[in-house]
Amino acid sequence: MSVLIVVDTKNGEVKKSSLEAAQYGASVAASLGGEAVALTLNANNAEVLGTVGVNKVLNVTDASVSASDPQKVVAAIVAAANKVGAKVVVFAHDSTGKAVAPRLSAKSGAGLVTNVTSLPNLASGFVVSKNVFSGKAHADVNILSDEKIVSILPNAFGVKAGEGSASVEAFSVDVSGINSGITVKEVKGGNSKVVPLPEAELVVSAGRGLKGPENWGMVEEMAEILGATTACSRPVADIGWRPHHEHVGQTGVAIRPNLYIAIGISGAIQHLAGVNGSKVIVVINKDPEAPFFKAADYGVVGDAFEVVPRLNEAFRKFKAANG
Amino acid sequence: MKILVPISKVPDTTSKIAFTDGDSKFNEEGIQWIVNPYDEWYALVRALELVEAGGGTVTVINVGDATADPVIRKALALGANEAVRVDVNPSDSYVIAKEIAAYANDKGFDMVLLGKETISYNGSEVGGMLAEFMNLPYISLASKLEVNGDTATLDRSIEGGSEVVEVKLPLVASASKGMAEQRIPNMRGIMAARSKPLTVVPASGAEAKTAYVKYGLPAPKSAVKLVDPENMDELVRLLHEEAKSI
Repeated sequence: MSVLIVVDTKNGEVKKSSLEAAQYGASVAASLGGEAVALTLNANNAEVLGTVGVNKVLNVTDASVSASDPQKVVAAIVAAANKVGAKVVVFAHDSTGKAVAPRLSAKSGAGLVTNVTSLPNLASGFVVSKNVFSGKAHADVNILSDEKIVSILPNAFGVKAGEGSASVEAFSVDVSGINSGITVKEVKGGNSKVVPLPEAELVVSAGRGLKGPENWGMVEEMAEILGATTACSRPVADIGWRPHHEHVGQTGVAIRPNLYIAIGISGAIQHLAGVNGSKVIVVINKDPEAPFFKAADYGVVGDAFEVVPRLNEAFRKFKAANG
Repeated sequence: MKILVPISKVPDTTSKIAFTDGDSKFNEEGIQWIVNPYDEWYALVRALELVEAGGGTVTVINVGDATADPVIRKALALGANEAVRVDVNPSDSYVIAKEIAAYANDKGFDMVLLGKETISYNGSEVGGMLAEFMNLPYISLASKLEVNGDTATLDRSIEGGSEVVEVKLPLVASASKGMAEQRIPNMRGIMAARSKPLTVVPASGAEAKTAYVKYGLPAPKSAVKLVDPENMDELVRLLHEEAKSI
């Protein structure tokens, strides 16, 4: 029984979240005793999927088959799944997975679980863990239908690339009959070099404790030294100090980086919900009673305006010594 | 314009999350229920703005039992014209989407607008499923929505940016932050909501594709390690040697 992984690309390169999903799909295929097949959308470097265990790649080379037009991607997935006899389809739970996976579920009748954080337990069905209540809890969910779809929470597994190669073949699918009426007019900012928040391994975030948008220079400096992505708390986005897309928390972006540094954020329950999947949390706050310290691995009780420049200096020294 | 806004009933964002019956059920004791913020703050408010500007009606729909009625009334208090509740346990997204489609398919809605996900199950599933069941285009994670005649222009969030898409009505779109600003219902709205129609319709019998077996809470964090604010070299050393995160 083979597993089909839907792999999206950005500027022709396999997205990091898709590579992680491919690795997951390869593990599932191994436990089911089947082949791991990737369906790539206009990939230039599809062979990289071999390094995470994919056996075979079907590469669609038709720019109109993109996540902007989910119906066309669904048609390609159905054709590919039929061709290779796939009973399990794996997505990354990113903008592509969110646009396409539900549509595939409704079309095929295959049960879907998103935000998945574990490999399936096959002992009593097909049970996967997922995050619920915005990361405040998790749930085990059994997929009841014969065909299954899972969508993997980015950064839940990490990518451990090894040796291995995948055969890549062109896959053509006729989507001329699908007219969804969607036209992409413009792409804004999608080509930025900054790692998007849901995929970021290092995140530097700040809140109201910084007193004003003019004080974000030292936060951006830290992000630059570390190669991190910047984020913020909800109040800061709401008053317009920072753009909305930087807001992490229950009603913003949920993230799970390797390192989350929170500066001048008290740690309201809604904020914690969006960040408590982070592997290591550092909290810098002058209030020793800030609730965030209870969720932190490392804490610094001190004035951000003194501590952050000092920390930036220490990071810079470390980077100079360690490359 | 006729707009349908599916809404979910979710625990208030400050709720303490706990489980009962051998961790098989969410513990509802003491929970304050609210309209899912993405459904209310962004989808519903934007729908109301569009109708205020160009005429039409906003219908809210919920799949659930009578315990959802108070949050449905809240949506009516904010300005929705009428409400529908499909009377069935919303056991998974597939059931919810199929039941909404069963109601909506022959009603001639120009637009279905809902939140990008619920803050309870975080599925991001119902919108896409609904679009397929209704055979309509789907724009996910929209942070902006304008309508001009029979064409809508939306900003769809993608990693690190957004794309501007144009699509002919009717459509399904999921709303994220930025689409509108939260509104607070006023007294007149709350009074008017009492007499607005809330129609309860029977379910069509959709069957769940998934089953929630067991819930759990994250393992508690060990105590925070405090570092001297004068000694940031020590913090960097810990992050490198102990946490191995840099």
